[in-house]
Amino acid sequence: MSESALAARGLNKSFGSLVVAADIELNLPQGVRYALIGPNGAGKTTLINMMTGMLRPDGGRILLGDEDITALAPEQRVRLGLVRTFQINALFPHLTALESVTLAVCERRKVASNWWRQITAYSSEIDEAYDILATLTLGPVCHRLTRELAYGQQRLLEIALALAARPKVLLLDEPAAGVPREESRELFAAITGLSRDITVLFIEHDMDLVFRFASRIIVMVGGRVLVEGTPAEIAADPRVRAVYLGKARHEAVS
Amino acid sequence: MSSEASAAPVRPVQYLQAQLRWQWSEIAFWLATLLPFVLAPSYLVLASQISITALFVLSLDLILGFSGIVSLGHAAYFGIGAYTAGLISKSGWGEPLTGLLAAAVVAGLFGYATSFIIARFRHLALIMITLGIGLVLQEAANSAGWLTGGFDGLQGIHTWPLFGKIRFDLYGYTAYSYALAGLFLIFLIARRLIHSPFGLALRGIRENGLRMPAIGASTHTHIRTIYTIAAIIAGIAGAMLAETTETVSLEALGFQRSADVLVMLILGGTGRLYGGLIGAVVYMVARDQFSGLNPQYWYFWIGLLLIAVVMLLPNGILGGLSHFARRIRGAP
Repeated sequence: MSESALAARGLNKSFGSLVVAADIELNLPQGVRYALIGPNGAGKTTLINMMTGMLRPDGGRILLGDEDITALAPEQRVRLGLVRTFQINALFPHLTALESVTLAVCERRKVASNWWRQITAYSSEIDEAYDILATLTLGPVCHRLTRELAYGQQRLLEIALALAARPKVLLLDEPAAGVPREESRELFAAITGLSRDITVLFIEHDMDLVFRFASRIIVMVGGRVLVEGTPAEIAADPRVRAVYLGKARHEAVS
Repeated sequence: MSSEASAAPVRPVQYLQAQLRWQWSEIAFWLATLLPFVLAPSYLVLASQISITALFVLSLDLILGFSGIVSLGHAAYFGIGAYTAGLISKSGWGEPLTGLLAAAVVAGLFGYATSFIIARFRHLALIMITLGIGLVLQEAANSAGWLTGGFDGLQGIHTWPLFGKIRFDLYGYTAYSYALAGLFLIFLIARRLIHSPFGLALRGIRENGLRMPAIGASTHTHIRTIYTIAAIIAGIAGAMLAETTETVSLEALGFQRSADVLVMLILGGTGRLYGGLIGAVVYMVARDQFSGLNPQYWYFWIGLLLIAVVMLLPNGILGGLSHFARRIRGAP
C-alpha cells in the first residue's frame, strides 16, 4: 500500500452533548480521488475544518505525509500543502480574479511581505496566476472584480485560489454547490483531471457526480466513518443503502 | 470593465503596468499643491497645517482604507511623535530632521508594541481598543505634567533652521515647503507600498481576513507590519506639527483629533490614497471658513457635511469624482 498523503488518527469532537466526530480514522493514499458523502449533519464539513486547522479537535492526531500537523495553524498547514475550498464562496469581492490568485501565489512564494517593489516586478508570479486562471477557463475575465463574476466562475476561482497554493492534498467542500449540472460535470472533470501528485477529497451530494468521478468513497453518518471503499463496494453495501433510504439513520446516529 | 476582456493579446503584467502608471490627474494634483505659494501666500501657515494633517490622514488610510483596521485612537501615535520632537527640541536640540527621525522611532516602537493587540481583534472590539489606547495615553500625558506640561501644553520648543540655513519664517514659507516635501516623499513610499505584493495582501485582509489563512497568509504578521508603518507616519506628522508650530498640547493626542482624522478620511474616500488628502483639504478649509462665520458652531456645519457626503457619496468625495469621470468617459 502506498504511503498515505493525509491521515486522521482517532479524531474526536463534540459540541456539548452533540458528537460531531467520533474516533475517525482515515488514510488517504497519494493521488486518489476521494468522495466524502453522508446525510446532512454527518460531520463532513466539521472533518474538513479539523483537518485544515479551522476547528480544534478534542482528541486525536492529523498527519500530512509523515508530519504531525495537529497543532499547526491553518496557514502553516497550507504552506505544507494541505489546502481547502469553501462550500460558500469565501473570496475577495473587490479584488480582480487575477489579483486574488496572484496574491495566493505571492503568499506561497513568500514574497507577499515585500513592499518596496511594485507588483508588476513580479511578472513570473502574475504569469503563474494567469495560467492557473486560464486552465480553469477564467483567462478572459481575469481583470474583472470577483464580485462581478458569475456564480459558476466564482466557484472556479475558489479552486484557482486553492491550486495557487500548490496543494499536495486538496479538500473541496461541495465545489459544485449551486452550479448547474452540466457545468458541474466540467468542474469535476477539471478537478479529477488534476495532476496525480495531488490527492483530492471532495464533499458532494450528487450521487451521479460522486460515482462518476470518485475512485474511492467514504460514507459518514453521525460523526463516524460508516464505511470506506470503491464505488462498486459502496453501491453494493447494505448499510449505505439503508442510510440513504433513511431506515438506519437513527440507529447509526445513536 | 468590458472592452479589455475581449482584447486578449495584452499580457496581464502589461495590463497591470498600464493601470499603475502615474495618471495625469495625479500629476495635476501635485502641481496644484504648489499654487498656495503664488495664489495665497497669506494662507501658507494654514497650507502647512493641511499638509501635516493630510500626512496623518494618509497614515490612517493605510490601516483603515487598505487593511480594514478601524481605529478611533490614531492620534495616540501622532501625539507621541509630537511630544517626542517637542521634548527633544525643548531639551536643547532643535534640529528638525533628527526630530522627525526620533519621533518616527518612538511612535514606531509604540505602534509595534500595540500592534500585537490590534492584530487579534476586529470591528467593534477594535474600535473600543484603539479608543482605549488613545484615552489611556491622553490621561498619562495629562498626569505627567513634569514632562509634558500637562494641560498647559509643552512650552519652550525652538526649531532650528532647516539644514542649518533655512529659518522657519512667520509667513509659513519654510513650514509649508517642509510639510509638503515630507508629505510628497512619504506619499511616494505609500503609493509604492500599496501597489506591491504586500499592498495586495493588505487588500486581501480588508476584503476577507478570514479567508487569508486558507491561502497560506499570516494575517497577524501583515497587520503588525502595516500598523507599525502607519504609526511611524503618524508620528512623523505629529513631529512636523510640533516643529512648525513650536508648541504641543494634549489636544495632539486627544480623542477629538482621532475622530477628526477619521471624518476627513471618510469625507475624502477610504482606500484611495488621494481620498484622505482631499478630505484633509476640504475639512481644514471648511473649518477655516466656517469658524470665521461662527466660531462656536462650526462643528454643526462639519456634521452636516459629513451626513451629506456619506448619504450621497458612499465612497467619499473622491469616489464620487471618479464615478463621475467614468460616466463622462462613457464607461459603464
